[in-house]
Amino acid sequence: MLFTEAGQLATSYKAEQKLFRLRQDYVAFGILLFLAFVALPYWGSDYWFNAILIPFLVLSLAGLGLNLLTGYAGQLSLGSAAFMAVGAFATYNLELRIPDLPLLFSILGGGLFAAASSVIFGLPSARIKGFYLIVSTLAAQFFIQWLFTKFSWFSNGSTSGVITAPPLVMAGYDFSTPVGRYLLTLSIVASLFLIARNLVRSELGRHWMAVRDRDTAAAVMGIPILKTKLLAFGMSGFILGIAGALWAFTYLGTVEPHGFDLTRSFQILFIIIIGGMGSLLGNFLGAAFIVLLPILLSQLIGLLPANHWVDIGQLENAQKIIFGGLIIFFLIKEPDGLARLWQRCRERARIWPLRY
Amino acid sequence: MQQRFKTLSALAAAVISSTLTVNTAQAGSNEQYFPLQSYRIGPYAAGGTGFFGGFIDYLQNVNAKGGVNGVKLTWSECETEYIVEKGVECYERLKTGLNGAPAAATNPLSVGIAYATLERSTNDKLPLITINHGRTDSTDGSVFPYVFPLQLNPYSEVSAIINYIAQQAGGLDKLKGKKIVTLYHGSPYGQETNPIIDLLAKKYGFESTTIEVPHPGNEQQSQWLNIRRIQPDWVILRGWGVMNPVALKTAQKTGFPVDHIIGNIWSNSEEDAAPAGDAAKGFISITTHPSGTAFPVLQEIKKTVVDAGTTNLSDPKRFGTVYYNLGVVNGILNVEAVRLAQEKFGKTPLTGEQVQWGFEHLNIDDARLKDLGAEGLLQKLKLSCSDHEGGGAVRFQQWDGTQWKVISDWVQADRALLRPIIEESAQKYAKEKGITPRDCSKEL
Amino acid sequence: MNFFFEVLVGGLLAGVMYSLVAIGFVLIYKASGVFNFAQGAMVLFAALTFVSLLERGVPFWLCFLMTLAVMIVLALGIERWVLAPLANRSPITLFMATLGLSYVIEGLAQLLWGAQVHGLELGIKDEPFIIGGIFLSQFDLFAAGIALSLVIILSIFFNKTQIGLSLRAVADDTLAALAVGIRLPKVWVIVWSVAGFVGLVAGLLWGARVGVQFSLSLIVLKALPVLIIGGFTSIEGAIVGGLIVGASEKLAEVYLGSVIGGGIENWFPYVLALGFLLIRPAGLFGEQAIERV
Repeated sequence: MLFTEAGQLATSYKAEQKLFRLRQDYVAFGILLFLAFVALPYWGSDYWFNAILIPFLVLSLAGLGLNLLTGYAGQLSLGSAAFMAVGAFATYNLELRIPDLPLLFSILGGGLFAAASSVIFGLPSARIKGFYLIVSTLAAQFFIQWLFTKFSWFSNGSTSGVITAPPLVMAGYDFSTPVGRYLLTLSIVASLFLIARNLVRSELGRHWMAVRDRDTAAAVMGIPILKTKLLAFGMSGFILGIAGALWAFTYLGTVEPHGFDLTRSFQILFIIIIGGMGSLLGNFLGAAFIVLLPILLSQLIGLLPANHWVDIGQLENAQKIIFGGLIIFFLIKEPDGLARLWQRCRERARIWPLRY
Repeated sequence: MQQRFKTLSALAAAVISSTLTVNTAQAGSNEQYFPLQSYRIGPYAAGGTGFFGGFIDYLQNVNAKGGVNGVKLTWSECETEYIVEKGVECYERLKTGLNGAPAAATNPLSVGIAYATLERSTNDKLPLITINHGRTDSTDGSVFPYVFPLQLNPYSEVSAIINYIAQQAGGLDKLKGKKIVTLYHGSPYGQETNPIIDLLAKKYGFESTTIEVPHPGNEQQSQWLNIRRIQPDWVILRGWGVMNPVALKTAQKTGFPVDHIIGNIWSNSEEDAAPAGDAAKGFISITTHPSGTAFPVLQEIKKTVVDAGTTNLSDPKRFGTVYYNLGVVNGILNVEAVRLAQEKFGKTPLTGEQVQWGFEHLNIDDARLKDLGAEGLLQKLKLSCSDHEGGGAVRFQQWDGTQWKVISDWVQADRALLRPIIEESAQKYAKEKGITPRDCSKEL
Repeated sequence: MNFFFEVLVGGLLAGVMYSLVAIGFVLIYKASGVFNFAQGAMVLFAALTFVSLLERGVPFWLCFLMTLAVMIVLALGIERWVLAPLANRSPITLFMATLGLSYVIEGLAQLLWGAQVHGLELGIKDEPFIIGGIFLSQFDLFAAGIALSLVIILSIFFNKTQIGLSLRAVADDTLAALAVGIRLPKVWVIVWSVAGFVGLVAGLLWGARVGVQFSLSLIVLKALPVLIIGGFTSIEGAIVGGLIVGASEKLAEVYLGSVIGGGIENWFPYVLALGFLLIRPAGLFGEQAIERV
């Protein structure tokens, strides 16, 4: 009933191309934005902003970055965290070395630097493909981390290699409070998702999918393979870079190169596997899963009475097994991830409560 | 299809609909709370279980004696796995206290987590204790009022090691012409002291070479061949985790005498030396908290906690090991700060802001050490508004194949020499962040 | 000049250690087309099981057999719950499944045996000795000997035994192998068990070298460039690739490292592998793939 599409017909190409073709989608999206921008800041607590919502948003964005590259363009990457690091360190240095540069421009600049480095490490994709490509992305992962650790210029001579966030002031308004940081993150993430949503429906997005599905066939059809791949690397790097800057500045407030190690790359890969490759919604679902599951498990373990029969620390080990098991489970049972699950819910809702 | 859909949706629902409870503070309990961001699994679990075991056992011991002036101590744990985001989540979850008992201070024992919660701690007015580690320039309490790198910051550590080498050689003037190699872990932590050792090299005229070992340090063949070519008098090992035993093994393989390797504060535990087996025999390291069970305070813990069967250690054999004793030392310092603050603010549970006053005015002298039963375990410590480190002294210990033997008295770092560098760095931070430093001459 | 040879020989011997891990990959890749990221976790699991049994007073040979049995059980489990349900999926999906698998195995290893660091003594003295002015490590020579005999045993196994021949048949042409009646699940279990055995040997040698602990599973990252250079499908390639990576990274660390700053060992092999890939995408000994639409 709620999801009925009956009567909502597109009568022109323009109507067909709308961002939300269905009225209820449009309304639901509006309500969601209202909740996120107005209701949550009003009701949320510091704990929710600092420990759940902000990391959730940033990881969704990072997931989006990788999803464009892996889920849409089919290029496997294990170096996502490295490009996040480039974004974070570039933003920090732009803010530091160019006085009076507005924060938003530093963040965008950080994204551009990350995009450039991503394209450089994407160049080998001209000749190699499949999981051979992980060599190039792993090279990026190790090289960039080494670079930022080794040369303290990047961290303004800080002996410990740690950078800290500049004051988060934009247009005279201070975003340093938890709510402020949340709103700042939310605005950036929401606008990038809108851009991505349009991008994947564009010619470029369709090229990406053609290359993913069968690159040789795509080449035969006249799609410029290398250009398409490099644009995917660039766009992915740009978004990952901004995610990295947000991770460093609005979430943790400080970051060291080690914070963007291989484990982080894996984490982002897991987000898109669990959430759904080639789906925008999937990034949110996957990130929510990755952020909430450990907290949930640790809360559950915390509820257990402390005793000497079960070693609590050992129980936490089980978390790793659960995680790995879920990855395999999803790959076997639902290769399209949580996003596909959501889609199926909608399909059911469409005929609920009356079946045809 | 039907079945699959059901299981999957149930799974998703369980996760999404989960209610996340946050401890809410209620007034009225007579307890002081310690939020513990502990780590008992993951690659650094060996350190975490020892440290938090010792810390909790000491708190239990205090409670067994009636608490601090009648105020009982309470604590709860949150597993961080040494991962920064998890540590931040734990911080946010625990900072509000437990069942009305206010939080006294956080003790993450992790450089990364300490950095990430540094600003939060300052905003929340909750002391952040980074014993023997952390941000060196946080020694300057005028810029970092809520951060306490107690006992020993990384700079002091190097200075103390050089002073010990000079002692062995027969005076600081004998350092001239000596060759010292620093083998460091390829991370910000490892690099942090390189400028200091170069500075000391210039001052005393010894030859310093720094060699990096990439993380995690499984392979050190080329580094040690390099060392063999240099033929240094001493090697300072700034290691971390697996890098330490591998360094000792590779040293043996390339024929470098192990008793001329000095491990730093994170290369000084049983877990660092024992896996290297025979290759570790003779290895020297620094410590601020010698291992052993002979200290009166440890005997007390043995009586009230270990023998009572309530020890936090899953393996009671680890009682009195290096990490455990660091936990005890950390416990003593935390409880002493609370005790001191109670003298000023009344014998009730205190807020983090009040405990901060206690830390800042810590003054543990010989008499107090004797009362605590911690002579030789803990150094004399006097903190102030501008000095959040206090001690800066270390003892040296040597691995005899099965355990550590203390081989020196307290060796003091040249803190006056380091102070200007620390202040400069702190000022730089203050400027970057727009902080106006406190005027310490006006603080009591 | 002596120093150069010392670094070179040290690097070659270290390279043998990488090869040991890489051989496990090659076996699995040949027979099931899976790029098994969990090989490192298997090394950790085997070494941890072995050393924990040893510390409980079980004699050495019995430990070895028991650990081997555990690895076979593990292989059975992997075939049943991971490989069989994922049959006919794309190589990238299988690769990601082994990523998940490595989490499961690492968690399992620590859940069962704890996270402590264990020392492991194989009874080989590691005093250095000098031949022609060059420092040599006794232990590394021993490890090289083990690796050599492992390669010989494996090639006999593959070329002379019934099982080995069916493995090769599956590797050459899976469909044809199925047609002549070779049972694929059985072959998978055997191959994963053999990889478990190789993992155990690698785990013991690496464990004796660096102690048995969590970071053992990270050596998988060193084996990766070895495979790229040597090719995924050739055991000889794994050995040669290991030697190239070992020698070049040590030389680079010593000579290049002093110019651009040390600590380059982590990324240098990858850049080297990338260079190889651009020139010879299938690796030195790998099979060229032909693509059709």
